[in-house]
Amino acid sequence: MSKKIALNHLTRIEGHAHLVIDKKAGKVESCHLEVIESPRFFEALLRGRHFSDVAPIVARVCGVCSISHTMASLMATEKALNITPDPRVKVLRRLLSQGEILQSHLLQLYFMAAPDYLGIPSIFQLLNQRNDLFSRALRLKRTANRICEVVGGRAVHPVTTAVGGFSTLPETSELKILRQELVDALPDLETTVELFASFDFPEFSRPAEQVCLQQVGQYPLHSDRVISSCGIDQSVEQFKDSIDEYIVPHSTAKMARTERGHYSVGALSRVKNSFSQLSPMAQKVAAVLQMDPNTNNPYHGLKARLIEVIHFVEEAIHAIDDLLLHSFNSARATAMPKGGGQGIAAVEAPRGLLFHAYTYDQNGNLETADCIIPTAQNLASIEADIEALLPKLLDLADAELKRRVETLIRAYDPCLSCSTHQLQIAIK
Amino acid sequence: MKTRIGFFDFTGCEGCQLTVMNLENDLMQVLQLVEVVEFRELMSEEANKLDIAFIEGSITRKKDRTRLQEIRKRSKILVALGACADNGGVNLLANHEEVSTLRQQVYSSNAAHLLTETPLPLHKVVDVNYRIPGCPIDGREFLAVLQALILERDPELPNFAVCVECKLAEYPCSFDYGEICMGPITRAGCHAVCIDGGDRCRGCRGLVDNPRTSPYQKVLEEHGLTVQDILDQYRTFNIGEEL
Repeated sequence: MSKKIALNHLTRIEGHAHLVIDKKAGKVESCHLEVIESPRFFEALLRGRHFSDVAPIVARVCGVCSISHTMASLMATEKALNITPDPRVKVLRRLLSQGEILQSHLLQLYFMAAPDYLGIPSIFQLLNQRNDLFSRALRLKRTANRICEVVGGRAVHPVTTAVGGFSTLPETSELKILRQELVDALPDLETTVELFASFDFPEFSRPAEQVCLQQVGQYPLHSDRVISSCGIDQSVEQFKDSIDEYIVPHSTAKMARTERGHYSVGALSRVKNSFSQLSPMAQKVAAVLQMDPNTNNPYHGLKARLIEVIHFVEEAIHAIDDLLLHSFNSARATAMPKGGGQGIAAVEAPRGLLFHAYTYDQNGNLETADCIIPTAQNLASIEADIEALLPKLLDLADAELKRRVETLIRAYDPCLSCSTHQLQIAIK
Repeated sequence: MKTRIGFFDFTGCEGCQLTVMNLENDLMQVLQLVEVVEFRELMSEEANKLDIAFIEGSITRKKDRTRLQEIRKRSKILVALGACADNGGVNLLANHEEVSTLRQQVYSSNAAHLLTETPLPLHKVVDVNYRIPGCPIDGREFLAVLQALILERDPELPNFAVCVECKLAEYPCSFDYGEICMGPITRAGCHAVCIDGGDRCRGCRGLVDNPRTSPYQKVLEEHGLTVQDILDQYRTFNIGEEL
């Protein structure tokens, strides 16, 4: 007997997708994650725009990762136009990215993923009986957003970021307050670790190539090197060239692979590949969460996200100390670039590797743009995981099967509002 | 009985819904007055009837029209949340090119599932009762609109230009830095956040009701801008369409 199980408009994820499973005579015939977001053609919209307009427009690809898109965009433009920002700019940009990863991870952990493990359809159910948990989630998220507001001017679509640096720098007094807020968040983080350590994570294992950036002496965020658990160590340009993006009939998001096949990106990849760069406190939390750095269990993406939260709060405090000790004045690039060129940059967005590649003409107007976003690189891995998991779930009632599969999809924290804007280099 | 509200999204970045979620300090109080009954991004629950539907994003496909009409039917009040829903926003940067050309450029394919129409703001498809402009929306303005609706009053948007808020805050004028600023014709309500951040106004909140466009155009021309430069400025957030 053939039976189709459809999960329409998957909930508690960013963006719209359906999951369609075909089962026949107790076997899985096919399983497709259908990305149904409507194409927005961002790369085409950018053509002809002046370099100073590109980042503010492309940030609108994604509200949750607008800072990552801004960072990748500015860095690609700076490479193309031969602009070298002050080294202090890098410290401040790193702090801004940390703020974004923290707000994204905390939103996902508490609001999207935790309800699966607490057996409720949404965290709003806890408003009255678990007010402590609900208000803790909001407090932590507020602190994360404060980093984005103090450094970026506002939490969604930053306004202080500019080609060459920043158009406005945070006030020393603001940085001091922010530092105190981060320190004050530590007890809430401890309770959060206790909560997630109490969750029963499903047993499941499927080895996958884990890809992330590599940054010498630091946990990866903004860098020119890409590494993978299969031993790849390449420049960002080389790796991006090796990505094959392809269209499948069931998705408006392109999928990505290399000649070695599909791969995964995101918090789990970063924690696995860069475990030794994590702060001592984050490594301790990894032990408490029983997170084996060699794990092949995609459900542990949640643990990886929480470990990163601990790491980035700690690192943000150190970054603020650094900024307070070595203040800098005007950060904005004053010299206007001459001539065009090509630039490729990558950042670690909350959900993993994000590439922006641009070419500019002699007047600094954009000729071509190409963005490869994290979830496109993860889609095939998510499908492969579901296919591997399904045979074990086929005896379950449909509702329970759906719940298990949705929990797996959420472990990846897919963000599909942007995953539709992949493309080949725009054709002139 | 609490007011039943829901959040929905179409073609957009979900940044306006996120801005609502970012009202952390006020959210606990808001939730004493309203019940969130549908919010796909954060909830698995669905609702039959809503008092207020806040809808983000533009409409680009037939099935999205149907979904929007269905939400309209079960909602007493429908509010366009943010620029994409209100006037098309950045999605309409594409409206000077054929959608099929864009599709070829981005996907090198015209496969059926990639087919879309020119993005539309919500009011081109259904009746919209109120609007909250901006890319993204201003969280405080969202609270003000919600408060008015709970009190069964008509929410009002400021009907003066960003320039006014900017001058009151005593920020230096962007034109003095040689920047092109849309502040003189853009609706206030954002507290000139971009100018505070050292950027200029890009007009994301749309035009004030009676903009004095011709003197403004002259200001732009005085700064040595071509018609194309001016059009590009208008176009980023689809202000050109309203003119």
